[in-house]
Amino acid sequence: MTRNEYVPFSSHVLQVTRHTAIEYTFRMEYSGELKPGQFFEVSLPKFGEAPISVSGIGDGTVDFTIRRVGRVTNEIFEKYAGENLLLRGPYGNGFDVEDYKGKELVIIAGGTGLSPVKGVVDYFSGHPDEVQGMTLLAGFKSPSDILFLEDFGRWKQTMDVILTVDFAEETDNSCQIGLVTEHIPQLKVKNKKEAAVIVVGPPVMMHFCAKGLLESTFSEENIWVSFERKMCCGIGKCGHCKIDDSYVCLDGPVFPYLKGKTLID
Amino acid sequence: MGYVLKTKDMDAILKKWGGDAIIFAPVRYAGQSEFSGQDSIRYGAVKSIGDIVFDEKSSFTFKEALLPLCETLFYFTENSVKEADGKEKSAIIFLRSCDLHALRVFDEIYLNSGPADYYYARLRENARFILMGCEKSFRNCFCVDMGTNISQNYDAYIKLDEGNVHVDNKFDGWTADFESAAQSSATVTPDYVTDTDVHVRIPENLSLDVMDSNMWTEYDTRCINCGRCNFSCPTCTCFTMQDIHYTDNGWAGERRRVHASCMVDGFTDVAGGASYRQGNGQRMRFKALHKVYDYKKRFGYHMCVGCGRCDDVCPEYISFSTIINKLEQGMEEVTVNDEK
Repeated sequence: MTRNEYVPFSSHVLQVTRHTAIEYTFRMEYSGELKPGQFFEVSLPKFGEAPISVSGIGDGTVDFTIRRVGRVTNEIFEKYAGENLLLRGPYGNGFDVEDYKGKELVIIAGGTGLSPVKGVVDYFSGHPDEVQGMTLLAGFKSPSDILFLEDFGRWKQTMDVILTVDFAEETDNSCQIGLVTEHIPQLKVKNKKEAAVIVVGPPVMMHFCAKGLLESTFSEENIWVSFERKMCCGIGKCGHCKIDDSYVCLDGPVFPYLKGKTLID
Repeated sequence: MGYVLKTKDMDAILKKWGGDAIIFAPVRYAGQSEFSGQDSIRYGAVKSIGDIVFDEKSSFTFKEALLPLCETLFYFTENSVKEADGKEKSAIIFLRSCDLHALRVFDEIYLNSGPADYYYARLRENARFILMGCEKSFRNCFCVDMGTNISQNYDAYIKLDEGNVHVDNKFDGWTADFESAAQSSATVTPDYVTDTDVHVRIPENLSLDVMDSNMWTEYDTRCINCGRCNFSCPTCTCFTMQDIHYTDNGWAGERRRVHASCMVDGFTDVAGGASYRQGNGQRMRFKALHKVYDYKKRFGYHMCVGCGRCDDVCPEYISFSTIINKLEQGMEEVTVNDEK
């Protein structure tokens, strides 16, 4: 008998972490195989479903970092520890940390784009010996938009971290100012041709990062990107996420840049 | 095995089948066309052969029997969900050769690509298909060029001829019914067309580059993104999730899926307000390339079956076959731009 993928299961909200006024991380109960970059359909009956990336994987838990920007997410923000949300998933291919082992790794993230790739950052932060070197270049709009501020302190101990904001009225030393693309030429990477790079963020940011990386002599075939699209089903049926011959939910959301660059809406 | 039956005997068989199946076929809805004074031919439940319209093309398709326009997936209360019950009766569907090819597209997406779809599989499992032949092609058809004019994978083929019903049966479960009711056995082969008035040519060098052609700008203004082309298309498979709640208890309700259209606003909206393909021209490009380019790239054969229903129902008289035929020039245009 075919499994019913559409009926969700109920999961407890264990902990809610507030990053900014509109971005919270919800730690939920979940046991099962899971990869960073995969996503779940998170739903509240009456308000609907939304595809949300996994931003952290724990023992019996999964984190969702949710931006309050729509009908479903507005309501999710009314949920607090002890209450329930409905989940189904995980869906999508996610990041495979094996792709990056033994290499110099650069992760470039813009805004909430840090969420899907945070699992990869966490993994290599815990296993620094498994990469030849690691740099995290994370950009946010302003200091008040920075996500995972506490994690940055931990990450700095095992990797190069460049935390930058597009603009700030006052500067302290906690972050730099400038778009992520402005920092690409200064990346301290020994062998750019061989280094692996993950870029996740808004489409325009990913486009210009890739351009900047290629100009800095990074190799196209060593770049990975992750896409965000409307996904009603998560299993290649509803058609909303199709680009050319690819379904973001089935074939992605993580794509090698060589494939990702051909996926134009 | 082929048979000739009297119409009344075929009706008796349909009545028997109707005990545990709903028989879907093209039906005439008098005066219900979008044009005043015209009839609409759409799918509906039938009880006898006389209810079925054999000599006209239906505006909408069989797909609603397997993917209902609006389908409840489950019911919810605040803390629980309950899967919607399946239909008590299975489906027996009368359809044409182009539609049987469209069924292959539905099976590809709903059963074979990614995890199988539970609700589709449930309706599809016991569904049976009866082919209606085409003695002549209808307006806007281009099935021959799409290679969909002939089908062999039917459960039965049925043709009306001077008060008799000619049947070619391939389903063992029906053999006894036909054997006992037949006047005689006969060799019955499906009628199919070998030429159509409309022809299409899909350029071999077609690529996504054609999106930059000026051929799409015409549709920015001509197309009113009503989505009728999608809803009438036998191969359009997209849907959107929808939660509704009951008015006297806001925490109880149901999650449904409803047919969706890539031409209509909102199809690509993501949280935060971003969306892709704002103009109707580029939406038309997305749809057209799905039908005659990228679906084939993924699955090995074209999605469009050349039934021409999108042309039949378009309120702006946009012709999809004309769009296909413009692709060659569109490719020339973008290739020339490349060379410059």
